Amino acid sequence: MFDPIPWLILSPLIWATLAFVHGPGQGGRLPVAGLILQLALAAMLAQQIVAGGVRVYAVGGWGAPLGIDLMADGLSAVMLLLTQTVALPLVFYARAYFAGHANSLRYFWPLTGYLLAAMNALFLSADVFNIYVTLELLGLAAVGLVALAGGAGPITAAMRYLLAALLGSGAYLLGVALLYGVYGSVSLAALIPLIAADAPAVVSLAAALMLLGLMLKTALFPFHIWLPPAHGGAPAPVSALLSALVIKASFYLILRLWFDLFEPITSVAAAQLLGALGAAAILWGSFLALRQTHLKMLVAYSTVAQIGYLFLLFPLATGVSAEVAASAWQGGVLQVVAHGLAKAAMFAAVGAMIIATGRDEISGIAGVAARLPLTLFTFALAGVTIMGLPPSGGFAAKWLLLGAAQASGQWWWIVVMVVGGLLSAAYIFKVLRQAFLPVEETANFKLLPRMLEWPVLLLALASLVLGLGGGEVLSLLGAT
Amino acid sequence: MSLNETLPLLVLVSSLLPGLIIFTLPEERRGLRNLFNMVGATLKLLLIFYILRGVMLGEEYIFRHTILPGLDLVFKADALAMLFVTLSAALWFLTTLYAIGYMEGSPHRSRFFGFFSLCVTATMGVAMAGNLFTFFVFYELLTLSTYPLVVHRGTEQAMRAGQVYLSYTLGGGALLLIGTVWLYGLAGQVEFTQGGMLAALGPEYTGQLQVIFFLLIAGLGVKAALVPLHGWLPLAMVAPAPVSALLHAVAVVKAGAFGIVRVVYDVYGVEFAQSLHLLMPLAVMASVTIIWGSLCALFQDDLKRRLAYSTISQVSYIALGVAIFGPMATIGGMVHLVHQGIMKITLFFCAGNYAETLGIHKISEMDGVGRRMPWTTAAFTIGAFGMIGLPPLAGFISKWYLGLGALEAQMPWVIAVLLASSLLNAAYFLPVLYRVWFQPRTEAWPGEHIPMQNGRETAWLLLVPPLVTAVATVLVGLFAASAMSPLNWVKLIADREYLYWLP
Repeated sequence: MFDPIPWLILSPLIWATLAFVHGPGQGGRLPVAGLILQLALAAMLAQQIVAGGVRVYAVGGWGAPLGIDLMADGLSAVMLLLTQTVALPLVFYARAYFAGHANSLRYFWPLTGYLLAAMNALFLSADVFNIYVTLELLGLAAVGLVALAGGAGPITAAMRYLLAALLGSGAYLLGVALLYGVYGSVSLAALIPLIAADAPAVVSLAAALMLLGLMLKTALFPFHIWLPPAHGGAPAPVSALLSALVIKASFYLILRLWFDLFEPITSVAAAQLLGALGAAAILWGSFLALRQTHLKMLVAYSTVAQIGYLFLLFPLATGVSAEVAASAWQGGVLQVVAHGLAKAAMFAAVGAMIIATGRDEISGIAGVAARLPLTLFTFALAGVTIMGLPPSGGFAAKWLLLGAAQASGQWWWIVVMVVGGLLSAAYIFKVLRQAFLPVEETANFKLLPRMLEWPVLLLALASLVLGLGGGEVLSLLGAT
Repeated sequence: MSLNETLPLLVLVSSLLPGLIIFTLPEERRGLRNLFNMVGATLKLLLIFYILRGVMLGEEYIFRHTILPGLDLVFKADALAMLFVTLSAALWFLTTLYAIGYMEGSPHRSRFFGFFSLCVTATMGVAMAGNLFTFFVFYELLTLSTYPLVVHRGTEQAMRAGQVYLSYTLGGGALLLIGTVWLYGLAGQVEFTQGGMLAALGPEYTGQLQVIFFLLIAGLGVKAALVPLHGWLPLAMVAPAPVSALLHAVAVVKAGAFGIVRVVYDVYGVEFAQSLHLLMPLAVMASVTIIWGSLCALFQDDLKRRLAYSTISQVSYIALGVAIFGPMATIGGMVHLVHQGIMKITLFFCAGNYAETLGIHKISEMDGVGRRMPWTTAAFTIGAFGMIGLPPLAGFISKWYLGLGALEAQMPWVIAVLLASSLLNAAYFLPVLYRVWFQPRTEAWPGEHIPMQNGRETAWLLLVPPLVTAVATVLVGLFAASAMSPLNWVKLIADREYLYWLP
C-alpha cells in the first residue's frame, strides 16, 4: 500500500528547495503542483483513517523507542486537510499578489514550503521532542515570512514575533526536558500510560510550562500582543497563512497535550482559567478590532478574538459528562476549521481591496461595493462565519459549544459567546458599511486580476458549506 | 429523492437561483435580468399552486438534511407554512413587477434584485421551516439579505437606518439563538408539531420554559416590531418603496409574527402555553403595541412614516389573535397575516407612486392628489378603509373574528382595544383621504417626475400592482366564505390546532 504520510512532509520540502534553486520566475508552478498533490495525499490519508483507524508510520523502518514514529488519527487528518485546503487557493492568490515583486517571491516560495512542511510534520509527530523540532521550524519560517515585506514596521513586528516564538518554544522545551527526566521517554504513546493522577509535582510543572509556551505561540490573551503587528503588517498571503493556520498548529498541540497526555492531571479550575482567558480574548479582541482604523489590523484583532472561542472548549469539555465533552470537543475543532477557512479568505479579500484602492485605512474603501462586488461579497461571506451566523461553519461550531454550555449549566460562557458574536458583527459591518458608501466617479480603482478574487471566494464558500456539511468533518474527527 | 421531498427545495431554488444569476449580470442587461426575475416568480407561484392542491388532498411535503448529529435542516410545507408561502410568493411577484418599474434608471440594479431574490428565499425558508433550528437559520439569513436593501441608496440617512436595523435584528437574533439552544438542550430536536411538543416535559421545567418563551418572543418581537422593540421600523422607511413593501408586507415583520404563531401553536402548543400563563403577557404586550403604534401614527407628517407606525400597530393583531385562547381569535389573528399583508402593500405601493410620480413624501403635500392620480388614490382609499376595518373589506373580517374570539375567551377589554384601535386608524387615515379627494390643489407638485400621458397617471408597472392588491383587499373580504379564501384556509388550520386538544 502506498503511504501518504512521509510524502506529506517531503513534498513541500522538495518544492521549497526547488523553488529556491529555480528562483522567482519558475518557482510559482511547483508549489501549485505540489499542493495539489498534498491535498490529494491528505484526502487519501483521511480515507484510510476513516476506513482503518489510527495510522502509524515508522520512519526508515525503525520504530519507537529507537526510531521516529509518525502518527495520524482523525484530528491530524482534519488539520492536514485544512492546511492543504487553505494553502492551495492562497498559492494562486500569492502568484497574482506578488506579480512584479521578484524579490519578495524569491523568498516567499521557499519559506512557505518550509512552513507547510513543518506544519504537516507537526500534525504527524508522535513524540514531544519531534514536536519541539517542528514547532521551532514553523516559527522560524513564519518569522521569515513576516519580515518579507521589509521596512521598519514589518521588521520590528518580525523581531517581536521571533522573541515570542523563541520564548514559547523555549518554555515548551523545558517542559519536555522535565518530562524526560521523570519518565525517560519522549514518545506520546509511551508517556500516556505513565502519567497518572498522582504524578509528581514536577510533571505538573512540565505541563504548565509546555502549555504556557504554546499559549504564547497561539497568542491567547494576554499573550496576544505580538500578533496584530505581525499578522497585520505582513503581506496579505502571509497574513492569511499565519492567521488561518500557524496559530492553529500550536492550538492543536494544546489539544493533544490537554486531552491525551495530561488528561489525568487536568483540573476543572485550570480549565476554567483557560476559558476565562478565552473569554477575555473574545471581549477584548473584539473591542480592539472595533476600534481599529486600518483594515488589516481590524482583521488581525478579529483573530485575537476568535482564538478565544477555541479556548472555551476546555471548561466545556473538562469535568463534564462524556456526551457534553464530545459536543464541546467537536465544536472546538469545527471552529478551528471554520475560522481557518474564513480568516484566510478575509485577509486575502482585504489584501485585494488594499491593492485596488491603494489605501489601507477602513475609510479608504468607500465605493468597494460598486467597484469590487465579488471581493466584498467574499469578505461578507467570510464575515458570516466570523460572526457565527447561520448557515456557516462558524455557526455550527458555535451551536455545538452553546449546546455544551447549556447542557453543563455553564451559562456564563453562553453570555460570552453571544456578546462576542454581536461585537464581531459590529466590526464586520463597520467595514461593510464603509464599502457601501458612494464614491466619486473619478475615484481610481486598480483593476484586479481574477486570481486575486476567485480563489478567495472559494475559501469563503468553503467556510459556508462547512455549516451544511460539518457532519463529514465530525465523522472524520471521530474515526479511531 | 422523491418528488414530495424535492418540491419544498424547488420553492427555495426558484428564487435563489435567479438571485445568484442576477448578481453576475452586468448592469445594462436589463431584459435578461427582468426575464430571470419574472420567470423565477412565476415558477414559484406554479409550484405553490401544485403544493397547495396536494396539501388539501392530505399529501405531505417534507425535506430533511442532517447537518450535525441530532441537528436537522427540515422543510415542511404544511397548511400554516403554505399560508405564509402563498402570501409571500404572490406579493413578491407583484413587488418585483413594481420594483422593475420603480428602479428604472437607478444604479446598482443587479445588486438590488439579487438581494431581493435572496430575501424572498429566506422568507420561504422561514415559512417552510419544519423545526426551530431551521427557522432560526432562515430568520438570520433574512436579516443579512435585507440589510443591503435597506442601505441600498447609500445616503447617510440610509446607512443610519441600516445600522439601527442591524442592531435590533442581530440583538433579537441572539436572544432567539439562546432560547433555541436552550430548548434543544431540554427537549432534543424541537420539531414544529400541531399542538406543540413541550407538554411532555415535567412540571420541574416550568420556570425554564417560561424564561425560554420570553427569550423566543423577544427575539421574534424585534422583527414583528412589538413595542418596545419597534424602533428600527419607522427609520427603515428611508429604503426604496419596494423594499418597504418587502419589510412591511412580504417578509420581515411577517417573519416575526409568523414565528410567534409557530412558537405558540407548534412548539409550546396553545393549551400548554395557556397553562404556563404565557398567553396573557403576550396579549397585553400586543395590545400596548396596537394602541401605541396607532397613537404615534397620528403625529407623523411623512406618509411612509405614518404607514410604518400603522404597521407596528396592525401586525400586533396577529400576536393578539395568537395570545387569546380559543379558535375564533386564532382565525382572526392568522387571517390577518394575509389581510394585513395585502392591505399594507397596497398602501406602500401607493406611497411609492406619489413619491415617484409627483415627488410627494409628506401628507401636507397631498392636497388634491386624487384628481391628478385617481387610480392610485382609489387603491390607497381601499387600503385605508380596509385598515380601519370597514365591512366588507379584508380588515373587517380579521377584526370581527378577533372580537368574537375575545368574547369567547371572556376578555372584554380586548374589544375595547380593538375599538380604540379602529377609531385611531380612522383618525390617522381619514384626514389623509379628505385631503386627497376634497382639498383643492393650490400649488405645483413638489417634483413631477412622470408627466401625465394619454390620461395615464403614472407608469404601467407602478400602477398595476396596487390596483391588483386593492381588488384583492375587496375580494378576500367579499368572498371570505368561499372555499378558496384565506379565511377558509385558516379555519382549516385552527380546526386542526384545537381539535387536537379539545375533546
